[in-house]
Amino acid sequence: MSTTADRTSAAALDTGVWLHGVVAEADPATLAGITGIAGTPVRTVAAAGLVAVVSDAPLTEYGEEALRRNLEDLAWLERAARSHHAVVDALSRAGAVVPARLATVYRDDDRAARALVERRDELTATLARLTGREEWGVKGYVVPGATPRVEEPAGGGGAGAAYLRRRRAQLSAREEGQRIAADAAAAVHTALAGCAVAARRHAPQDRRLSGAPTAMVLNGAYLIDRDGLDAFSALIGALADRHPEIRLELTGPWPPYSFVAEPEPHPVRGAA
Amino acid sequence: MTVGRTPAVVQNSGQVLPAGHDPANLGDILERVLDRGIVIAGDIRVSLLDIELLTLKLRLVIASVDTARQIGIDWWEHDPWLSSRARPPVEPGPHDPEEVEAARRPRVAGRSERAAREEWDEYDG
Repeated sequence: MSTTADRTSAAALDTGVWLHGVVAEADPATLAGITGIAGTPVRTVAAAGLVAVVSDAPLTEYGEEALRRNLEDLAWLERAARSHHAVVDALSRAGAVVPARLATVYRDDDRAARALVERRDELTATLARLTGREEWGVKGYVVPGATPRVEEPAGGGGAGAAYLRRRRAQLSAREEGQRIAADAAAAVHTALAGCAVAARRHAPQDRRLSGAPTAMVLNGAYLIDRDGLDAFSALIGALADRHPEIRLELTGPWPPYSFVAEPEPHPVRGAA
Repeated sequence: MTVGRTPAVVQNSGQVLPAGHDPANLGDILERVLDRGIVIAGDIRVSLLDIELLTLKLRLVIASVDTARQIGIDWWEHDPWLSSRARPPVEPGPHDPEEVEAARRPRVAGRSERAAREEWDEYDG
C-alpha cells in the first residue's frame, strides 16, 4: 500500500473522493447548484490542465467493503446512480464532460489529481471530441400487431392436437415478427448512424429493465452535433413512418456516457 | 398500436422527477452509469467483474423495483447476492401468461443469465 498521500486530519482518513467526471474547466455557478454523491458539496481538483469534479464520500458508506455491500442494495444503488448522474448531467449541460463510471473513488485529492496527469492526453482528446455534441438514445420496440398473422392450420385430432398446432403457429408467428423487427432495427440504426458523429448499438434491455410491454430490438446511442439535432429528429420521424413494425423512442439529451472511449486505442483518422 | 409520426422524447433529468418516477428512466440511468462512462483506476477497488456481475443481475431483475413487484418478480429479495435487507413479501397482482412466463425464468438465475448473455451477444455489435 502506498504512503505517498499526506494525511493530517482524522476526518480526511474517513473520507474518500468520489469522481463524477472530468471537464476542461468548471464554472463555479454550475457547481454551486448541484449536490454530490453523499449529499456533500461538489468541488474541483485541477491538474494537467483538466478539472476533476468530485465530492467527498464517507468511507463507511463508500469504502471498499461498504461499496461491495451497498452496490447490491437496489435502493442504495438507485440513490447513488441518480446522484452521480445528476452531477454528470448538470456538467454536460454546461459544457463537455467525460463521465466517470459509477464508484470511482480515490483516497484523497492528490490521488485524483494523479489520475488526471496519467490520463491527460486521452482525457483531453476525448473532451475535444465531445465538445458541442450530445448523446441521444433511440430505442426500438416490437409492435405486436404489425407482424404478419399466421393462418391457423387445419387438421384432425382432438382438442389437444389443435391446441398444440395453435401454439406452434403462435410461436412461429412470434419468431417471424422478431426477425422482421430485428431487420427494421438494423436498418434504423444504419440510417441514424449515418446522421451521427458516432453511433453505438447497446444490448437491448430486458423487458423488466425497460418496463415496456413488448421486446426491445434496438438500444442505440448516437453522438449528435448540437446544431444537427433537428435533422436527426426529423430522420427519426421519417424512420418511424417507414418502419411501422417497430416503435421508436428517443431519449436524451444524455451526457456522452457511450462515447468516452475511442473504438480503437490508436486513432488513425482525425489526428493532426 | 399507433405509431406516432415523431417518437416520444423522454427527458432524462432524473433528479427533477417526482417520487413515482418513470421506471424506464432509472433503467436507462443504471445502464449508463454502470456499463458506460470512462473507467479510470480508483483507489477503492470495485472490480470490473463485480460491476459486470451486478449489471448482469440488474438487467435480469429490473431497474424498476415497483414494476417487478407488481408482476410478482421479487426473487432478489431472497437472494443473498442481491438482498442486503429483508422486504415484506408482495401481494401477487394479476398475471398475464407472458408475464408469468417471464416471472418463472429468473427463479433459475444461472440459466436465465446464460440465456440473457446469449441474447446480448446476438444483438451486440
